[in-house]
Amino acid sequence: MSESVIIVNNLTKVYPGGVLAVDHISFEVKEGEIFALLGPNGAGKSTTIGMLTTALRPTEGEAYVGGFSVTREPAKVRSIIGVVPQEFSADEDLTAWENITLIGYLYGLPRDEVKRRAEELLQMVGLYGVKDKKVETFSGGMRRRLEIAMGLINRPRVLFLDEPTLGLDVQTRAAIWEYVLKLKKDYNMTIFLTTHYLEEADSYGDRVAIIDRGRILVIGRPDELKKSVTWDTVEVEVTGPEDTIRKALSGIRQIKEFTFVDGRLVVKVSDGPLAIPQIVNALSSMGLEVRKLSMSRPTLDEVYMHYTGRSMREEFISKEEAFAMRRTLRRARS
Amino acid sequence: MSKIKTPHLHGLWALTNRELKKWYKEPVILILSLIQPILWIGIFGKAMNLANMFQGASISIPGLTIPRQIIDQIGNLVLKETFGTTDYFSFLAVGMLSFIVLFTSMSSGMTIVWDRRLGFLGKLLTTPVPRGSIIISKVLASIIKSLAQATIVLLIGVLLGLRFSFSIAMPAAFLLMYLTLFLLSFGFSSLFLMLALRSTRWETQMAIMNLLNMPLLFSSNSFYPISYMPWWLKPIALANPLTYANAITRWALIGVTPGVSIMVAFAYLVAFAMLFAALGITLSWRFLSL
Ligand SMILES: Nc1ncnc2c1ncn2[C@@H]1O[C@H](COP(=O)(O)OP(=O)(O)O)[C@@H](O)[C@H]1O
Ligand SMILES: [Mg+2]
Repeated sequence: MSESVIIVNNLTKVYPGGVLAVDHISFEVKEGEIFALLGPNGAGKSTTIGMLTTALRPTEGEAYVGGFSVTREPAKVRSIIGVVPQEFSADEDLTAWENITLIGYLYGLPRDEVKRRAEELLQMVGLYGVKDKKVETFSGGMRRRLEIAMGLINRPRVLFLDEPTLGLDVQTRAAIWEYVLKLKKDYNMTIFLTTHYLEEADSYGDRVAIIDRGRILVIGRPDELKKSVTWDTVEVEVTGPEDTIRKALSGIRQIKEFTFVDGRLVVKVSDGPLAIPQIVNALSSMGLEVRKLSMSRPTLDEVYMHYTGRSMREEFISKEEAFAMRRTLRRARS
Repeated sequence: MSKIKTPHLHGLWALTNRELKKWYKEPVILILSLIQPILWIGIFGKAMNLANMFQGASISIPGLTIPRQIIDQIGNLVLKETFGTTDYFSFLAVGMLSFIVLFTSMSSGMTIVWDRRLGFLGKLLTTPVPRGSIIISKVLASIIKSLAQATIVLLIGVLLGLRFSFSIAMPAAFLLMYLTLFLLSFGFSSLFLMLALRSTRWETQMAIMNLLNMPLLFSSNSFYPISYMPWWLKPIALANPLTYANAITRWALIGVTPGVSIMVAFAYLVAFAMLFAALGITLSWRFLSL
């Protein structure tokens, strides 16, 4: 069994002014795992990362990263982690090269080593060609890639990524994920990330924790989470009397319920791939012809909805708008 | 994982260098910051030269013509009595050295606010660089900027007619000048960084600067000597570090008799610098955060 590289115990943050941003959360992250913290705007994701990366002091509770306490041994924690913050953190007035080497020196790395790593990392994220350009000329995707490179200069054991793909277009998001997966594979790095993209948490997270209003609602592998609260949906186009269909399906254990919608049969089942052949067989044996069949699997949004009664998708729209506005403001100001 | 040295000095120099790069790569800001002291020298030192009030005219009262030389002599006596020198322009120009140091040091607080707003500080706080180094690097950068800008003001002063009259050997005089300005910048940079430790709004920081800069300037001997101040201003001027910096630099460079002993003035500046540096660094260790 692999070890826990992050251990979080009743971690709590109350901001001055009384906002309870993170409310007694506890979880563990295993070595080499991609752990995704998924939740809507204001759920407390950045605050959690802030505390785990020692930038924020917890109000209550404790967390250990790589065996070091974030409150009592912050310097040790800092030396083994890499952080890619939600907000761009590179200095706009400096070049990509100046930015990444600066961070290298802050880790106390020798000059030659800093240069070697900076070169290697900028190559990896495809920014070596523009290394001497000022960051203010970079696009959002380039900035994010630079931030990731900067977060890796100390070869961290644990990499924290706060919404690494926020506000990026689909291709750039895919490219960023390629890097992240490569890192995990090449360095066996543990990756702790937050995201608001359900699909990303679903397809890249080894485990997902859903956070809402400062509380963790559920933790697990994405497929387990979905299975635990919801069903696959099988839609069948079949002609025949409803009674006959009802009779045909009555013996299949995986079926939770079924309804008729616009002449189509909509079946909720616990395990789609297993249930489909049985449904087809049962209908055929009654002499009914299946003309078309499709299956849809649940997303993490259904899981989120199950726990909160709200859909996460809707809440993200405002977040993206707010972000776009902030960026425009920042551009205008500089 | 490779061996990692203690990040103290590496980080300190890298951070200082960053601040300096942002400064010398942006010559517009550098030049803009020089305009004000030069304007003061120009307006008060040349156009409205106070010395002209005492010099250069002869008075003719019918039946009694006082020759110009005598008027000048009396004028010079009065000037000497008032400013400690007959050369008001030089008096003012040297006073502008501490002024540019004050203004340059003040703006160091702004850099923390910007670093916080633009996310750079957040990143810094997750690296192992000690909190104290973040502040010390800003103080160092601010001192280097201040001394460089003071040198430019001094050169411009010389171009416009500043005349030296050293009280001690020239190298020693310049050394003393730089030491004095160093201490002044050390204290003021620490003070204004301290005020910005938790500030998230540059407007607040701006307001603090604007609230303090002119009063600090005019409650010092930068423009005229303390003895000519109203009684209520005198104690303030005597507490103002600018007063002591000016006393030392004017004594060393243009031979103005100081109102206090040079030793006392220097000790005062050392105390001022140490007090605020210690406070600033201690507080930053405790309070510097997002
Ligand atoms: N510096 C702060 N001061 C006060 N409240 C804050 C601060 N930062 C965040 N919050 C509040 O804490 C809550 C959680 O914020 P955050 O951790 O940024 O959420 P997320 O990253 O999931 O969007 C929100 O209600 C937010 O308004
Ligand atoms: Mg966030």
